[in-house]
Amino acid sequence: METFKGYERPVGPAGVRNFVAVLPISVGASPVADEIASRAGENVRATPHQMGADPPKQAREQIERTLSGIGQNPNVGAALVVELGTESIAADDIADEIAAMERTVETLSIRDVGGTTAALETGTDCARELWDEITDQRRIECDVSELRFGVECGGSDATSGIAANPAVGAACDLLVEDGGTATFSETPEFIGAEHILADRCVNEDIREKLLDRVDRREANAHLMGVDFRGAQPSPGNQEGGLTTIEEKSLGAISKGGTTPVRGIVDYAEQLPVGGGLVLMDTPGYDVESVVGKVAGGAQVIAFTTGRGSTTGNPIAPVIKVTGNPKTADRLANNMDVDASTVIEGESIGSVGKRIYETVRSVASGERTAAEVRRLEEFAINELQPNELADLEGEA
Amino acid sequence: MKGEVLGDLALHMTADDTVVTAIDDLEAGTEIPYDGGTVGLVEDVPFGHKIALVAGEPGDTVVKYGESIGRLTEPVEAGEWVHTHNCESTRGRGDIVEADAEVV
Repeated sequence: METFKGYERPVGPAGVRNFVAVLPISVGASPVADEIASRAGENVRATPHQMGADPPKQAREQIERTLSGIGQNPNVGAALVVELGTESIAADDIADEIAAMERTVETLSIRDVGGTTAALETGTDCARELWDEITDQRRIECDVSELRFGVECGGSDATSGIAANPAVGAACDLLVEDGGTATFSETPEFIGAEHILADRCVNEDIREKLLDRVDRREANAHLMGVDFRGAQPSPGNQEGGLTTIEEKSLGAISKGGTTPVRGIVDYAEQLPVGGGLVLMDTPGYDVESVVGKVAGGAQVIAFTTGRGSTTGNPIAPVIKVTGNPKTADRLANNMDVDASTVIEGESIGSVGKRIYETVRSVASGERTAAEVRRLEEFAINELQPNELADLEGEA
Repeated sequence: MKGEVLGDLALHMTADDTVVTAIDDLEAGTEIPYDGGTVGLVEDVPFGHKIALVAGEPGDTVVKYGESIGRLTEPVEAGEWVHTHNCESTRGRGDIVEADAEVV
C-alpha cells in the first residue's frame, strides 16, 4: 500500500496541508481577506478574487460552488468567510456548506463590524483563534487512494507533449492504479484530440457529455466569429513550436495518462474520491482552471510548463514540472521536477515514478517551489455573456 | 522517450507522422536519417519546431502523434520548416463558418 502523511478530517479524505482559509465573497471583500491572512500568520491563506457583488444567476452559482468547494477542500482545517455585506451571495450560505464537512467556520461582515479597520482587527483575531483550534492536528499515515491529484499545463511548448505531459500522465496512471483520482481539464485543449478521449470513456453517457462540452467550447469560438488561431495556440506556444490547437491538444491530453475516462464534471464540481481518471470542464486559463480543480477537492496539483510558469495556489501545493532543458536551467528556482531528461534518454516511466514520489512527499509536507516563494494566484472563472445565454437556454 | 529519435536530431513520434520535431537548434544542410536515406534541412529550424519528412501540397493533412494536427496551406518540400506560415488548424474555425455563411 502506498501512503502519504496527511491530516485526517472528520468528513472526507485527508488533507495534505492544514490551513485556515480566509474566503472573500467578492472583490470588495478581497483586500480585507488578503490583509487578514498576512497579519494572522503563515498557515492562514486568503483567496482574493475579482468577482463583483451582484453577478447574474448562473455566474453566482458558479462562484458559490467555487467558494464552498475551496472551503471544503481537505487542505482547509477551518475557514473564515468575509463579506462586504452588500453581495447577493450570503457569507452564511457558504459557511453552512463548509460546516457540513464538519469544519469550524466563522463569518465576518465588513459593513456590520463598522468598516475596514474594524474588520481587519476582528478578522485577524478570528483567524488566529481558528488556527489555535486546528494547530494541534498531526499528520498520520494515509492511503494514497485518498488523493485527488489535479494536473494542469501552462506556457506549453513542443517539449510539453514530448516529455513533461506524458511523464505526469505516467504518474497519474500510477496513482489511479493505487486507487486514487487523477483529473485534468481545459476543455478547449481537448479540441482535435477529443476522439481519443471519447474512445477511452467507460460508458456512452460520459462519452456524449464529453463530446457535448467540447462542441460547446468550439461553438463559443464560432459564435464570436473568430477562430482559435492567434489565441490557441498562444503566441508563446507558437514560438515554442506548437502550430495548431490540434497539436497542442494531442500533447496536452497525455498529462492525464492512459487509463479509462470515468467521468466528466463541471467547473468546481466535487471530484469523486477513488474515482480513477475524471475530467473537469474548465476554460483554458490555467489559474482559473487550477482553482476549479482545487474547489473540486484536489489536494495536490502538478503543473507542466515548457516555456516557464511560476504560478501556485493558496490552498493546494503546486508541483512544477518542465520538459524543456532551457527552462529547467533558467527557472530552476521555480521548478520541482526536471522532466527534460526524457530528451536525453530517461524513460517516460522512470520520470513518471519520480513525479509520483514527489507527489507523495509533497502530500506529506515537503514544500514546493511555489509554496516556498508564497506564489498563490487565485481567480474564479467568470462566465462570459454568450456562455450565460447558453446556460440560460438550457435551464 | 516515446517515438524514435532520428540521428540525435529530431523526434519521430509515430511511424505515420509526416513531420519530426527538432530536439536541438538545427542548421540548414543538416541531414536527418529517415527511411533508409536522409532528409536535408532546407533552412534553420529551432528546438521544438517541426520539419517535413515528405513533400506535400496545400490541403494535405499534417500528421504528428499519428493524428491530424492540421493541413498545409503552401507547397512544402521534405526538409522544410513546418509551422504557422504553411500549416493551419482545421478546428475552432469561426472565420470559416463566417465565410461559408457569407457565400450562402
